[in-house]
Amino acid sequence: MRRILGDNFSMNSIIQVTNLSKDYKEVKAVNNISFTVQEGEIYGFLGQNGAGKSTTIRMLLTLIAPTSGSIEVFGMNLTTHRKEILRRIGAIIERPDLYKYLTAYENLSLFAKMSGCERKEKELMQQLEMVGLHQRAHSKVRTFSQGMKQRLGLAVALIHDPQLIILDEPTNGLDPQGIADTRNLILSLSKRHGKTILVSSHLLSEIEMIADRMLIIDKGSKVAEGAVKDLFDPGRMIVELQVSNYQHTKEQLQGSKWMERLQKDTGDRFIFQLDKKQIPFLAAALVQMGAGIISLQHRHSLEEYFLSLTSANQHVEDFKN
Amino acid sequence: MWKILKIELFKIFKRPRTYIAFAAIGIIICLIQLAFYLDGEAYIDFMIGSATKNFDIEGKKITGFMVCYVILQTLLLHVPLLIALIGGDMIAGEANMGTLRLLISKPVSRAQLLLSKFTATAIYTILLLIWMAILALGLSMIVFGKGDMINIKSDMIIILESKDLLWRYFAAFGFAAIAMTTVAALSFLLSIFAENSIGPIVATMSVVIICTILTTMDLPLFGTMKPYLFTSHMLGWKGFFDDQVNYSNVIRSAAILLFHIAAFVGIALAVFRKKDVLS
Repeated sequence: MRRILGDNFSMNSIIQVTNLSKDYKEVKAVNNISFTVQEGEIYGFLGQNGAGKSTTIRMLLTLIAPTSGSIEVFGMNLTTHRKEILRRIGAIIERPDLYKYLTAYENLSLFAKMSGCERKEKELMQQLEMVGLHQRAHSKVRTFSQGMKQRLGLAVALIHDPQLIILDEPTNGLDPQGIADTRNLILSLSKRHGKTILVSSHLLSEIEMIADRMLIIDKGSKVAEGAVKDLFDPGRMIVELQVSNYQHTKEQLQGSKWMERLQKDTGDRFIFQLDKKQIPFLAAALVQMGAGIISLQHRHSLEEYFLSLTSANQHVEDFKN
Repeated sequence: MWKILKIELFKIFKRPRTYIAFAAIGIIICLIQLAFYLDGEAYIDFMIGSATKNFDIEGKKITGFMVCYVILQTLLLHVPLLIALIGGDMIAGEANMGTLRLLISKPVSRAQLLLSKFTATAIYTILLLIWMAILALGLSMIVFGKGDMINIKSDMIIILESKDLLWRYFAAFGFAAIAMTTVAALSFLLSIFAENSIGPIVATMSVVIICTILTTMDLPLFGTMKPYLFTSHMLGWKGFFDDQVNYSNVIRSAAILLFHIAAFVGIALAVFRKKDVLS
């Protein structure tokens, strides 16, 4: 299901986020993250609930002002070219909340006008047909199920034919069929229509199935970024190391070639990302350092990778205890 | 901005709750007219009281103009609540529905969006007053006919000639529109800070009630602040029904109300432009 980029994939940056932070009093909702989304790709934004995904997306859509850092979209600064940029973006932010006292058709028409484009009745109906709501076009949104609202939200996000689509948890509240339909629509928008898509989710399986590249965020900080196929590469191992001489090992690792492979230092454990063949060499180096190895575990599923990098791992441990 | 204003008006008039105010005003006015139709003479006699010992009033006492004046006196005290229902919902209601984030992510400046929403609120307020004018003045004139108006004040009774009244009513409704727009602006400002409309509606009414109490209590402590409170000037429309209209008083009151509108909207604009939308 995962899509591999074609040869003619253009590598122009659509989103360029640099050292972005957002503080709420003493809470760092987003902490100095940087990433780039390339033209035509599906970029996954993965993290637990409360990790900072929605805050980042809200900053991309100018709902929230960053505390520091910069955002460039389509090569323009978001602060100084807000209108030009937003005209080319379609988005669903968390829930697809629409005007419940208006019909699907009226909602779509209203948001088309707000997006700066007039759409004829035929075009609006075609858009509703695309999401399977043409037969309920003149029903009030308050009579819609969550799945129907989600589909209407997608129609609203796409009505002005945006180049960049930002979808925050687009499958939330959908039944399995709805999830599959949404997934196929996202893939089709990217593959057939060349749209650039940033999609966030707390479900690894969702991101894994549709994204070309992904960023994992935890407690507001970026913990990993890369092509999904690389992160999911079975040859690539996540190695979790627990030692008795933690401080000594940390000092020894600094300046060594293993530092490049270190993904995370949790305070009592080190997590490396390595090729399978490198594991014996790491073990030998650690013995030489006098690290006092307690455990050296390796994992290779993306799910475990995700857990190892985020605080979800701690939740699992707590649950086990 | 015209396009956004049209959208805002479309949304306002598509909501069933918008018509509550129109229905409420219609019912109250019809009830007052019915009461005057059945028992109006007794009311007039009671209001004039002992004054008739010194002179007689000949001709028709209850006229359309007179009934309209009584309706305005009664209603303009309570209409602020109906206006706060819409004004307080303009931003907070959108936040509550979750549509505010969708609106702000569209290529429209926050200032444009806010000013369009306020203009739509002001248009709603004016339409409410036009509706009131049609029923209170138009319908009363049909039912009770034209004729001179008796304006009963605490210390005097003024008789205004029929031909001298229509312009006074137009001016009074114009002034009332400014006064009610002030309430709309206040509820609109409070709406910025809330994520559901109940808070701003209750807060608006609380501010109006507190300021009205300060306005009506004759205590030296409140005396210094009275001239600056918008509630002290909301009944300025009554000035148009004095024998000689004191234009400097009426204009000063209107200017103070307009200043309040500008201040409320200005603060709303400053806050909204920087506000993080978390709803």
